[in-house]
Amino acid sequence: MTESLGSLPAYLLRNSHEFADRVAMRHKDLGIWREWNWSEVADEVRRFSIGFAALGLKRGDKVAIVGSNRPKLYWAFPAIQSCEAIPVPVYADSVAEEMQFVLEHAGARFAVCQDQEQVDKLLSIQDRLPDLEAIVYDEPRGMREYDPEKVVAITRVQELGDEIIQRDKDVVQRWSDAVGELKIDDMCVILYTSGTTGRPKGVMLSSRNLIQTSINANAFDNLDHTEETIAYLPLAWVGDHVFSYTQSLVAGYSVCCPESLDTVTVNRREIAPTYFFAPPRVFEGLLTSIMVNMEDAGRVKRWMFHHFIKVANKSGERILNKESVNPFSRLHYKLGDWFVYGPLKNRLGMSKVRVAYTAGEAIGPDIFRFYRSLGINLKQLYGQTEASVYITAQPDGQIDADTVGTPSPEVELRIEDNGEVMYRSPGVFMGYYKNDLATADTKTPDGWVHTGDAGFVDDAGHLRIIDRAKDVGKLNDGGMFPPKYIENKLKFFPNIKEVVAFGDGRDYVSVFINIDLTAVANWAERNNIVYASYQELAGHPEVYQQMEEHVRHVNKDLASEARVASAQIKRFLVLHKELDADDGELTRTLKVRRKFVNERYAELIEALYSDKTEQFVSTEVVFEDGKTGRIDATVKLATVELEPVREELKQAS
Amino acid sequence: MTVTPDVDNKAVLLSLENVTLSFGGVKAISDISFNILEGEIRAIIGPNGAGKTSMLNVINGFYHPQKGTITWRGKRRRRMKPYRAAASGIARTFQNVALFKGMTTLDNIMAGRSLKMKRGLFWQMLHVGPAREEEIANRRHVEEIIDFLEIAHIRKQPVGRLPYGLQKRVELGRAMAMQPELLLLDEPMAGMNLEEKEDMSRFILDLNSEFGTTIALIEHDMGVVMDLADRVVVLDYGQKIADGTPAEVQSSQEVIDAYLGVGH
Repeated sequence: MTESLGSLPAYLLRNSHEFADRVAMRHKDLGIWREWNWSEVADEVRRFSIGFAALGLKRGDKVAIVGSNRPKLYWAFPAIQSCEAIPVPVYADSVAEEMQFVLEHAGARFAVCQDQEQVDKLLSIQDRLPDLEAIVYDEPRGMREYDPEKVVAITRVQELGDEIIQRDKDVVQRWSDAVGELKIDDMCVILYTSGTTGRPKGVMLSSRNLIQTSINANAFDNLDHTEETIAYLPLAWVGDHVFSYTQSLVAGYSVCCPESLDTVTVNRREIAPTYFFAPPRVFEGLLTSIMVNMEDAGRVKRWMFHHFIKVANKSGERILNKESVNPFSRLHYKLGDWFVYGPLKNRLGMSKVRVAYTAGEAIGPDIFRFYRSLGINLKQLYGQTEASVYITAQPDGQIDADTVGTPSPEVELRIEDNGEVMYRSPGVFMGYYKNDLATADTKTPDGWVHTGDAGFVDDAGHLRIIDRAKDVGKLNDGGMFPPKYIENKLKFFPNIKEVVAFGDGRDYVSVFINIDLTAVANWAERNNIVYASYQELAGHPEVYQQMEEHVRHVNKDLASEARVASAQIKRFLVLHKELDADDGELTRTLKVRRKFVNERYAELIEALYSDKTEQFVSTEVVFEDGKTGRIDATVKLATVELEPVREELKQAS
Repeated sequence: MTVTPDVDNKAVLLSLENVTLSFGGVKAISDISFNILEGEIRAIIGPNGAGKTSMLNVINGFYHPQKGTITWRGKRRRRMKPYRAAASGIARTFQNVALFKGMTTLDNIMAGRSLKMKRGLFWQMLHVGPAREEEIANRRHVEEIIDFLEIAHIRKQPVGRLPYGLQKRVELGRAMAMQPELLLLDEPMAGMNLEEKEDMSRFILDLNSEFGTTIALIEHDMGVVMDLADRVVVLDYGQKIADGTPAEVQSSQEVIDAYLGVGH
């Protein structure tokens, strides 16, 4: 094992010597990719840090970081950490009230913001944030009329640093010495979990947690300084923090920041990353757009696509897993690679991907296999903020769509009697910030952590997650009700974006469906279906008909599996609005908040368990600027005939 | 004159005095005077057929009033062509989007720079030396606009395929490319939903405060006008019926009558 350095800024300094001329960061700005090598980044960070200290930043201070993936925001982390202060990244799309909770709880003295939007948000709640002394921002647009004492540009902070360096030659040496003296067991970041239940909790991670985990993760997948990655996930998400910041520092690989969130796909194509990390939602979204575009393509292309996807389905995964495949199939696949998979991967920006991970939630097996069959080494990992991400991951070649892999290096795993997965590792968090009660609930004195997920280890030593332990329920006839499992099956259809299943303590299963606007709008356009709003489209009889077909299809699947045969979907509705994080229906990492949805749409759920064919509902919604309004709708309820279950399956269950 | 505007020591950029425009026997604008101050957002409102668009067309030289004088930057303006107005620093957008539908967002906005290109067609085609430098400088300016309007994701897309709200934004971008001193916006928010309107309002405000561009806009959404405009002039049947701050205009009885109708 490699001897680790004592802090993340120390790795930055190492990289500035060892990989001085290698590209550390890219950012597409004004249509051009700008580059910074490691020695330039170290210089930027040093000036930033020295300037920040001059603003009054000192040991133990908390600094909120709010914004999307911009180089300067990534540089803020080591700049703050080298002052022995603690960065607290915040989800940039949070509404002001959510932000207030985190900043207040963390007691942030400073905030680093990307642009005016974020600065305005913080200024709107500053009365309630007595600890907040100054805001530092990246993009100067619209910032001219703010109080220069309280709102300072990062470039200004860096100039301040420059001035000090000019005046005092020793300051650079003192700064480097201070970085060398940072202690590996000190807290180095607080990441607030988005929390599917209740208030967010601040997960405190030490330098050791992050560095050791990064060393292990890099070794597991042989990642080194030659990797290219693209940073587009929220800074506050542990996945991005580890993947785009700590692993990059430890390995010395380069991170590319896209122009904006809307250009990620195009930018990814330009960069062609070698290592890629995305929650299932991203892969689902990409697949949807592929399918939609193929519908629009010419006849020949469409035929080729469907033909070769079938070929890929048959032999693609086996070829990727280096299993033996007969030469004819191999040739056929090669041809497909030439005509379809290659161009498609290029389009997706995945032609150079060596390792891609999906995590955060269970991915639909069909979606997972689709990407693998194209020859993309997509793997699953299972992780948590509390574990500095990695708990288990799939080793190359040992891939099964239903498992999340074997324990990551140095991770111990055990399954409790009630089926809950527990782990212990060098990445295990220090505790929840200012919340000892929750820490005691989650982490045992000897360092084991409760995941809250139910699962088991299969014969091959791979972990399988069944569901959130507390989400798996029982139908009244005693049958198992695994909501996620059912939802994922429906979500594979490109025109379905989100599904929420109900059934615990009920007679049958029913679901809410959110249509995927991109896919359905495209279909509507091609079929001359006119609609004025999302609501109208969602309620269209033909949309309902399509959804009914999908539900039947899923029921057929469910009926063939003994354990879940009784969990077939009997009633469904298509929601009149998209589930939205601004309304609290999803977490900021876009997972459904079941409890909240249950309460908010209680009328609709009750209607699903009655004979009604429609139900009026009035919902409060929050607009992007925080204003509220109401959406009224009469939602149609549909009933689906169940598939017969074969006798022997009934016996088995 | 209804209300004397509060001049605030700002320089008068454009002033119209007793302007009358008629098409045959129809008077589109009769005897209207008002001015636009440097750096302000000036709204022109009024019911349908009040002569708002005609007013913009007069300002940018597309229509020539039969009577009255127009003074631009203290100089009395003679009969002129729209492209001269453009060259003198007046840009506009249209009520119905008027973009080159088959061209990309980038090319559309680049087209707005053509007045700023000094090199002739020949040099531009050769794409060497100074012509090349010039193109790079212009491209940079256009990229800044793309960044400003947050349309990087549609940079290379043909505008004909874009949703309406985005087309409107591209059109604003093309007008911005000229770096105009006065920007005329003809119903910049027509047909937009609430979120698009909020975005557009923000762009207009930022454009005004960041670049100091003077803006004259026609708009129907009163909420938007009240939030955006420094001063408002109200037209009805070709006549000016009010002129002043949004609050003053809003409380004017004549304006209320014009919008709500009077019992006869």
